[in-house]
Amino acid sequence: MKDTLMRYVVKLVRQALVASIWLSFLTLPIMVIRVDTIEQTVTWRWMHLAYMAVGSFVLALAWYAMMDRRDRGQAKKDLETVERVSALSQFLSDPRFAKPLMAFGFLVAAAFPWFFSLYQTNILVSAMIYVVLGLGLNITVGLAGLLDLGYVAFYAVGAYTYALLNHHFHLGFWAVLPLGAVLGAFFGILLGFPVLRLRGDYLAIVTLGFGQIIRLVLENWGDFSYGPSGISNIDRPGLFGINYSVEQATTYIYYIMLALVILTIFVTARLKDSRIGRAWLALREDEIACQAMGIDNTRAKLMAFALGATLAGLMGVVFAAKTTFINPASFTFMESAMILAIVVLGGMGSVLGVILGAFMLMLLPEYLRAFSEYRMLIFGATMVLIMVFRPEGLVRAKRKVYKINVEAAG
Amino acid sequence: MAQNTTDMNNQNTGNPVLSVRNVSMNFGGLRALSEVDLEVRPGEVVALIGPNGAGKTTFFNCITGIYTPTDGEVTAYPKTGKRKRANGVRINGMRTNLVCELGMARTFQNIRLFPSMTALENVMIGRHCRTKSGILGAVLRPAATRREEQEVVDNSYELLTKVGLEKLANEYSRNLPYGAQRRLEIARALATEPFLLLLDEPAAGMNPQETEELKQMVIRIREEFKVSVLLIEHDMKMVMSLSDRIYVMEYGRIISTGTPKEVSEDPQVIRAYLGEDDDA
Amino acid sequence: MEYFLQLFLGGLSRGSVYALIALGYTMVYGIIELINFAHGEIYMIGAFMGLIVAGVLTSLGWPALSILAIALIVAVLYSAAYGYTVEKIAYKPLRSAPRLAPLISAIGMSILLQNYIMLTQTPDFLPFPRLIPELAFMDRFSNYLGTSDMFIIVTSLVVMIALTLFIKFTRMGKAMRATAQNRKMAMLVGVNVDQVISVTFIIGSSLAAVGGVLIGAHVGQINFAIGFLAGIKAFTAAVLGGIGSIPGAMLGGLVLGWTESFATGYISSDYEDVFAFLLLVVILIFRPAGLLGKQRAQKV
Repeated sequence: MKDTLMRYVVKLVRQALVASIWLSFLTLPIMVIRVDTIEQTVTWRWMHLAYMAVGSFVLALAWYAMMDRRDRGQAKKDLETVERVSALSQFLSDPRFAKPLMAFGFLVAAAFPWFFSLYQTNILVSAMIYVVLGLGLNITVGLAGLLDLGYVAFYAVGAYTYALLNHHFHLGFWAVLPLGAVLGAFFGILLGFPVLRLRGDYLAIVTLGFGQIIRLVLENWGDFSYGPSGISNIDRPGLFGINYSVEQATTYIYYIMLALVILTIFVTARLKDSRIGRAWLALREDEIACQAMGIDNTRAKLMAFALGATLAGLMGVVFAAKTTFINPASFTFMESAMILAIVVLGGMGSVLGVILGAFMLMLLPEYLRAFSEYRMLIFGATMVLIMVFRPEGLVRAKRKVYKINVEAAG
Repeated sequence: MAQNTTDMNNQNTGNPVLSVRNVSMNFGGLRALSEVDLEVRPGEVVALIGPNGAGKTTFFNCITGIYTPTDGEVTAYPKTGKRKRANGVRINGMRTNLVCELGMARTFQNIRLFPSMTALENVMIGRHCRTKSGILGAVLRPAATRREEQEVVDNSYELLTKVGLEKLANEYSRNLPYGAQRRLEIARALATEPFLLLLDEPAAGMNPQETEELKQMVIRIREEFKVSVLLIEHDMKMVMSLSDRIYVMEYGRIISTGTPKEVSEDPQVIRAYLGEDDDA
Repeated sequence: MEYFLQLFLGGLSRGSVYALIALGYTMVYGIIELINFAHGEIYMIGAFMGLIVAGVLTSLGWPALSILAIALIVAVLYSAAYGYTVEKIAYKPLRSAPRLAPLISAIGMSILLQNYIMLTQTPDFLPFPRLIPELAFMDRFSNYLGTSDMFIIVTSLVVMIALTLFIKFTRMGKAMRATAQNRKMAMLVGVNVDQVISVTFIIGSSLAAVGGVLIGAHVGQINFAIGFLAGIKAFTAAVLGGIGSIPGAMLGGLVLGWTESFATGYISSDYEDVFAFLLLVVILIFRPAGLLGKQRAQKV
């Protein structure tokens, strides 16, 4: 027993050592040498090589250990018929715990602005915007399985709708909010019609292209969008003509966002377990079988696409009102990738997972300032690691267990 | 052997439920189907047999809208529904989901279930085209939607009991044993309330006992749901004892048709099968 | 006419580079049906390797042409190693996963590599040393074609001919074609599919590195983000020609190069990148099989 363990450890260390040497060699020139072609100087940073060697050894050790676990787990899963449910999700789905927990969460959220600073409240508003964006993209990607890489385009549509209408016609937040949603949906359908018959990965690329086109148009069509310099002095939300101070306005937006988050959670959770939600899942699992069973694939796809876009449009309006300034730089591909990372990390198809994912990805970098430079690096690495080791994300989407009316069933 | 299952009384009266006239299918220069004629009458079990690569699955794909036939007429005669017509509905190239909605539901040769949905949910998907609630219904859940949902659940569960899977209702379909997956596909197809059930090699990969059970199940289903069945099958024992009529296909053509007895004595069929397929 | 010729040749050199990168996309897609999202980053890393080698050797006072040769070789070797490693980390463990999984993993890899370069090198644009000397006999053509353009066209041509010969006549080339047609079958007849996939990544990455160094020397500046746009455009080229088809990628690159060149020359230069994306969207919607690709019937 001890012997096999020993042998296993030796094997791991040897694998990790090889990987570490390989990676150190691979990264050597880029990590160590830095050429400044303006000053004509070359800096050698040999310390980086040492960091890389040690770091990659540790990471490789973890990688191989996890890989072994994964392979063993897969072999085991083939034998099991009953799904393993993690303790966390079991705990969270038990109504005895879930209800009080939800109530508690709501109370904390409702009291938050009274106990924390403006700065903190602002961060939380951002995080909540990403919760809704994540849930919106979750409908498209997580439920219906349509990889949309141009999701921010709809977010941009919402933001520019408010910014432009406010700038030119002084329309208020509440008037534009539904309009942003409608325009989001409109663009979703507009794009959806031609592209939704494409296969999965082609769809991803076309949506990516569409997102880029929208951004490039915003950047270059100066007469319409004020170009790269963007639009500033957008009104914060008001109510019946009352003008709030910055602080009050932030609190106000906070509560608006809280309401929108709750609404979104409610809507998406209900949709997920409905006739439409089931059709989306079937679509994700097998398009051909789905259509052969009488589901209108095009319609189901359009609905998923439009709903996701609606939420993005809605959030665009809130975003513009919150920051009071927007420009095309807020709507790059990286933004789409980040929202996708939220959905992937949280767990595709799981509402709770997406909420957790959004808070983790938005809040951790804020509070771990030292790491904020490495944020995108870590995002990228996380996406790879999640796909390799835990494709279901933090919280595995669970299927509803339906209550069967035995008498009726005879 | 075949007699006890062919006691249909209305076999030769009225319209067929499916009529295929002169259907051909070309893929580029390749002629996969050539002038195929086929008919299924109410309450019949019709089998389509033939060596591998004869074009049987292509034929299924042509009559379910997955492919559009290059030539010919495929006409269905639904019993009920808004598309009911006295002289039938032409379904060449109709979208797959509409064909299903019309009342022709199929299973697949290489099982196509929705793996990470439960057995019950798989059947519930079949109910989709017979129910209506939309986004607003899903979000607001008015009484009508709740009632519809409960009906879908109960209905689907009942169908699961018909195919003997009620105990596995909440299992993910990917975890079901092979034979159960095949039966689940049949239950899912039945959930769409078809008048014609299209089974693509339902007994493939089953042992003799499972095959026998499947046969009994198909007989029961025909009686109970008043459906006609068109099946592709390689298991000759099952085909001979289950079918009312058989069509034999080779190289995309129908080379023989008739009762099991007639077909099995046709020299052309014997020639087609000898050396090509030892199932016969 | 002179203006037309100028645009034509400019498009040709631009298109050659797209073609070099597009080949990597198309080969990988042909074999494992994955859009290798990180491919643009491999090209960017190639450019950076070229820059580093050039910077070091310039400070040692080497002659320009020998620097160019060494920079190309080192960039190719390192990019190939990166491509190989990326495949082993991000794609190989996902061979049997659902289709979207490796695609998401690829996006993650692309973000990771971009930020890796940004953090270890610089977030700013760096001027790329002038490695391609002005050749005297090119003076006559200088109205239409710079020396560096000519360099790009000739190098790409040589590389592409070499690749075509490799695919057509070597054992490995045959194994690659077999794997692209039917992976399972190739495995059954004894092709080492893992090895084929590795080689595909290595070749694709090498070609991208050549493109990276050439374009760096031609344009004169690079930064960590150049791979994204170049990658998408090259992917457009691959789709345009018919993804999975090697001559298709070459043709697609050229067509895209000319489209951009003429569209910016005759219509508007503000929307330079929009044309590529529009072309991508239009092609995928109306002719997803591309110019030279074959429409495959779906299997049921």
